[in-house]
Amino acid sequence: MSVIIIDYGSGNLHSAHKAFERAGREAGLDMPIVVSSRPEDVLAADRIVLPGVGAFADCRRGLGAVPGMIDALEEAVRRRARPFLGICVGMQLMAERGREYETTEGLGWIPGEVVMIAPKDPALKVPHMGWNTLDVRRPHALLDGIATGPDGMHAYFVHSYHLNASDPDMVVAETDYGGPVTAIVARDTMVGTQFHPEKSQKLGLALIANFLRWRP
Amino acid sequence: MLKVRVIPCLDVKDGRVVKGVQFLELRDAGDPVESAVAYDAAGADELCFLDITASHENRGTLIDVVTRTAEACFMPLTVGGGVRTVEDIRALLLAGADKVSINTAAVFDRDFVNRAAEKFGDQCIVVAIDAKKVSGPGEPDRWEIFTHGGRKPTGIDAVEYARDVCARGAGEILLTSMDRDGTKVGYDTALTRAVADAVTIPVIASGGVGELDHMVAGVRDGHAAAVLAASIFHFGRHTIREAKDALHAAGLPVRLDG
Repeated sequence: MSVIIIDYGSGNLHSAHKAFERAGREAGLDMPIVVSSRPEDVLAADRIVLPGVGAFADCRRGLGAVPGMIDALEEAVRRRARPFLGICVGMQLMAERGREYETTEGLGWIPGEVVMIAPKDPALKVPHMGWNTLDVRRPHALLDGIATGPDGMHAYFVHSYHLNASDPDMVVAETDYGGPVTAIVARDTMVGTQFHPEKSQKLGLALIANFLRWRP
Repeated sequence: MLKVRVIPCLDVKDGRVVKGVQFLELRDAGDPVESAVAYDAAGADELCFLDITASHENRGTLIDVVTRTAEACFMPLTVGGGVRTVEDIRALLLAGADKVSINTAAVFDRDFVNRAAEKFGDQCIVVAIDAKKVSGPGEPDRWEIFTHGGRKPTGIDAVEYARDVCARGAGEILLTSMDRDGTKVGYDTALTRAVADAVTIPVIASGGVGELDHMVAGVRDGHAAAVLAASIFHFGRHTIREAKDALHAAGLPVRLDG
């Protein structure tokens, strides 16, 4: 068993790497966690993590700039059905397109668009930055053992855009910020979190361990 | 519901915490990484390192501190102090900072905010504003940006400046009252409110916390999204949990599961 965290020049993967190592160790799962930008490592991995920080278009360009990476992702995730976790913009890239500054094609795995969040209360600030709870829309293995709802545990969000999924069945959890904001999406062996599990302390480490154990 | 953030701030000089964190049983009270781990365990919502190293040559020490902190703490980390170039920001983000705070460099070259936000995304660019009240008694409130630790006036209106950096892509404002910093008499809530109400991005209140009620006032009266404090935590006067309990008791939403 091995896990790859894809490095395509989008920000800091150091703490993500360490968080996955720690979550795996604490869960008694002995599996190497590799940070790599090589498509062949994506094809060889049993689990794939796509992080992402910054703007949608920048991240999409960065991913496309690695020769063979999109094809390797399509092959490993779509055809071979390897468990996949997208984080923040890595989750947003699962959408059909992003509308941050410009319209950019996404991977097209989750029907829908990445659009600016628009809290109903004008006093609410954008970015949505900080700790918020999760409202579950349908059960998912990634949330096993994690207390959700208004009195549940908190996840760390920092974003101005979210994935507006056109199929509500693909929305696993939302968070409330002047209206519902997509927090977790899932389809088949793919899952994505708008928040940062690697920065979400207890909830984050529990969710990462669940991903490492997940047998979809 | 989004929670109010409680953020301890550590002043770091040449890789060491200035004065040290004294309430915890740390093997080395001057080690920023040990302090960070302790605040992580104590339920801090974010952590802030402010580098006050005089020379730019010692930058590597800070980078090393950030790297080791990011390995040990799975919580958001903001790093500021002496950030002058896009390369400085890149180095800190690659080391593991989630947000980088820019101060003087943005005052003298506001386009730096645009460049930084375009390069790394709004969400990781914090603009630190050090402001002092310049209006006299009976005059309408007015605050000005000061640089060099509050010694040099710039003539720039703090509220106007906040609006401008917000429009240029700042994701957050770290607002310090230089009148209150170190006084323990509380935030300048009039300043905090004037800035928070003028911008669409979150504002972190800073400068002057001596009592837990000051944090409550920073949010309730100052409209801050987050409260930053240093000595009240470092010297054991209060714990993170006590700060959150005080906010909670005042009806403000906090995260208690950290």
